[in-house]
Amino acid sequence: MSAEPDGPEDRLRRFATIWSRAVFPATSTSLTRPELEERLLPLARRLSEALRARAFDADEARAIGAALVDAHCTEPEALSRTLDCVDAYLVLYCGDDGPQEDLRARSSRLQHAMAAGYAQALRERTLAEQEAISAAALAAQGVVAQALHASEARFRAVFEGAAIGIGIADLEGNILQVNGALVRMFGGAEQLVRGRNVLEWTHPEDAPQVWKLYEELVRGEREHYHVEKAFYRPDGTVLWTNLTVSLLRDADGNPEYQLALMEDTTERRLLNLRLRYEATHDALTGLPNRTLFFERLEKALGAGAGQRFGLCYLDLDGFKTINDSLGHAAGDRLLVEVADRLQACATAPGEMVARLGGDEFVALTTGPDTQREVDELASRIMNALVAPISIDGRELTVRGSIGIVEGPAGERSPAEVLRSADITMYRAKSAGGNRFELADPEADARAITRHGLTTALPTALDRGEFFIEYQPLVHLGDGSVRGAEALVRWLHPQHGVLGPDRFIPLAEHTGLIVPLGRWVLEQSVRQAKDWRERHADAGPLRINVNLSPCQLTHPGLVQDTVDILERTGVDPDALCLEVTESALIGADDDLLKPLRRLAEMGVDIALDDFGTGYSNLANLRRLPVSVLKLDRSFTQSMQQFPADPVDLKIVEGIVSLAHSLNLAVTVEGVETGAQAEQLRILGCDTAQGWYYARPGPPERLHELALVDATG
Amino acid sequence: MERPAWAPRSIDISVPSVSRIYDYYLGGSHNFEVDREAARRAMEFMPGLPKIMQANRAFMRRAVRFAAAEGITQFLDIGSGIPTFGNVHEVAQAADPEARVVYVDHDPVAVAHSQAVLEGNERADVVAADLRKPHEILASPQVERLIDLNRPVALLMVAILHFVEEADDPYGAVAELRDALAPGSLLVLTHASYEGMPLPAERTGGAVGVYKDIRNPLIMRSREEIARFFEGYDMVEPGLVSMPRWRPDTAPEEEDPWAFSGYAGVGRTA
Repeated sequence: MSAEPDGPEDRLRRFATIWSRAVFPATSTSLTRPELEERLLPLARRLSEALRARAFDADEARAIGAALVDAHCTEPEALSRTLDCVDAYLVLYCGDDGPQEDLRARSSRLQHAMAAGYAQALRERTLAEQEAISAAALAAQGVVAQALHASEARFRAVFEGAAIGIGIADLEGNILQVNGALVRMFGGAEQLVRGRNVLEWTHPEDAPQVWKLYEELVRGEREHYHVEKAFYRPDGTVLWTNLTVSLLRDADGNPEYQLALMEDTTERRLLNLRLRYEATHDALTGLPNRTLFFERLEKALGAGAGQRFGLCYLDLDGFKTINDSLGHAAGDRLLVEVADRLQACATAPGEMVARLGGDEFVALTTGPDTQREVDELASRIMNALVAPISIDGRELTVRGSIGIVEGPAGERSPAEVLRSADITMYRAKSAGGNRFELADPEADARAITRHGLTTALPTALDRGEFFIEYQPLVHLGDGSVRGAEALVRWLHPQHGVLGPDRFIPLAEHTGLIVPLGRWVLEQSVRQAKDWRERHADAGPLRINVNLSPCQLTHPGLVQDTVDILERTGVDPDALCLEVTESALIGADDDLLKPLRRLAEMGVDIALDDFGTGYSNLANLRRLPVSVLKLDRSFTQSMQQFPADPVDLKIVEGIVSLAHSLNLAVTVEGVETGAQAEQLRILGCDTAQGWYYARPGPPERLHELALVDATG
Repeated sequence: MERPAWAPRSIDISVPSVSRIYDYYLGGSHNFEVDREAARRAMEFMPGLPKIMQANRAFMRRAVRFAAAEGITQFLDIGSGIPTFGNVHEVAQAADPEARVVYVDHDPVAVAHSQAVLEGNERADVVAADLRKPHEILASPQVERLIDLNRPVALLMVAILHFVEEADDPYGAVAELRDALAPGSLLVLTHASYEGMPLPAERTGGAVGVYKDIRNPLIMRSREEIARFFEGYDMVEPGLVSMPRWRPDTAPEEEDPWAFSGYAGVGRTA
């Protein structure tokens, strides 16, 4: 804006310049002073006009005061300086030539009104800004609260929704907060959990370090620990957990709270226990099984000095018969009842009963005093079996054989102990059963051999370890060889040649006697054929083959014999089957039927070991027997001369009886010529024994026969 | 879950805030008695604090006008505080109505107030973030929306860096921001210093103690230390000088002696 020098416009601007210079230092605006002057110029103009207006306009003056505040002259000092400036210069620069006194009066009134307007505007601005900043603080608070709330809500959701149990307690152990999962673990009643003290949560199964770790944590010496821990629920049941406890510190690092995270492992633990139980117990009887028994035995044998163990090994007598005759279901029920009774026999600490399998049970006692205890234990078991067991309305009498092993811990392995007990049990069984025997090392050693032979038998037949020796049967009348008895031998790889007494009972026991017997019969019959072909001139040679009791009852006996004879092409009269007298004692018709069939075909049947079995002599008539073989006990007394006259009478009587029944008589064990002569006089028909020949290979018989033929 | 870095545990208006103290120095009433009390205590040691703040504001206005004259239309003002007369968006949008401005502050009250002031302004916004975490500033939706980092930006850090302690690596933060800027961007910076004050440090140091008491330590740096913030920038004439001497509109001799405290400068990225 151009202005004439010292014209009204120029004077107005000079006023504004002075005003801005006066006020500027009192402002806090970021405007420069010239910029401020530009903003004050319009206000100066309005003041100038108000000064000269006909009427005083207070509102205009107030508005000018308020405008100062708008120009950011908010320091009261700015007002003071403004009023000074107006007072001193407004009339001077803007008053024209008006009456000075009036102008000064007007200026004063303007100043008053300006001050009022300024104060009013400043008050309103201050209030507005205070309100704005308060609103901002409130808004900020809202935003922060919302953020915190969202964050807290999420934390809360995590806390409440966690599948894992979470609890917070102070360092004194007072439980402050728990989540739903934890409450559920403890049975669902929050008031029974919250407010309690961690220290009340002891359990007898707490590992020793559990509470030591706890103390270290609350003392701030440990940041966290992890244990497996059990708790009692309010209802008394047990809760098992995987527990992790962490120390929470405050902002300054001082211990403040403890945080527990727990996982419910009760189910898993029960499952493990059940699996463990199933793995270590017998499904039928519920007794501990072989696995658990071996664990306990191992522990007992590994116990320290002064500790002993006692073991009863029980096998039921004749259980197989019960199983076979009454069926497996009945057999199982019997085993369950036996198991219950045994269980009741071993209830003291350190005692246990287990089922090893089948009808085999063991009872174990441990401690320092088992020498006495084990006998009592065995007696209790025997007593427990005395009362008959009722199955399907039948009263079954169950007997058992017990092998006892007792000794100090730390000397033998479980397997050795059990084998000794097994052997001893068999000894009790061999002695008739229904008894117990104590282990003894010598018996063990014998039995160990027997045990080894038993297990080696089946493969021995396959490997061809058996062979047959023949002992000649000589006619007492003319001394001619009439045949031979086939005697089986086992050429054992370690033990050398073994006689039938060593392994036939074992073969009987295992059932191998049937295939073995068939093999012997076949070999012998072939040998007989060979002899008959070679020595047709020496008369009909006959082969004697022993039948064991087991073979006698075997249903294939007749058929097997017929097959062998037919296959070999030998007449039945070339074969004599020897059956022991004891095997036929009390024999019924069923047992005799196969023998009758064979006899009818022409096979001779000899009654072996006659005179040892207290036969009912009247019964002899009934038997399909054609030969009596006198037991060697009768001939032994005839080895000396003169013979015992009583024995002579007995033999004479038997021979007489036999002959009257049309039976031939053979004597065994002839060792001297005197014996042979005596027996010939007594009327015996044939004889065998060392006097003639020991059992030997078939070639030997061949030679004997030749000698006989030529001699 | 992490609490947002900017969100304090609570808003405690019984604790003084540097942005409200700043407002008080500038004659505003966006403050509470605690703020004024702290301001008055600091002024016992540095009576010229309002003049220093006024000089800061005046420098900022000149620098924004300079940037606008250079053709820059994007402004990122970190540590913007309580909006008051002569805000960046007012100055910048007066020069170019299309200018875009993003304010950044970590004081939730300042942010809330800025939001209220900026309501309806499509080209200006505010971010609640902290200079100590530059990536949070750069990755904010407001920056994303308003600022194209492929074009030059005027980055304002006026009276803010003297509140960042060495432990929080202010140089690293400034460098990280610089690396995000396109060539031709400007760094507009002022910083407190004992240098240039009309009173010796032993008389004025008490003010530093006041800021320490309100848990917002004031770090006085030397000119040399302040110059290091411009690493990677070419200094715009007249370089790093006291505020009234940076491209003044009026003779610096007219300024209050306190206005010469501290340094101001503008740098340009190559």
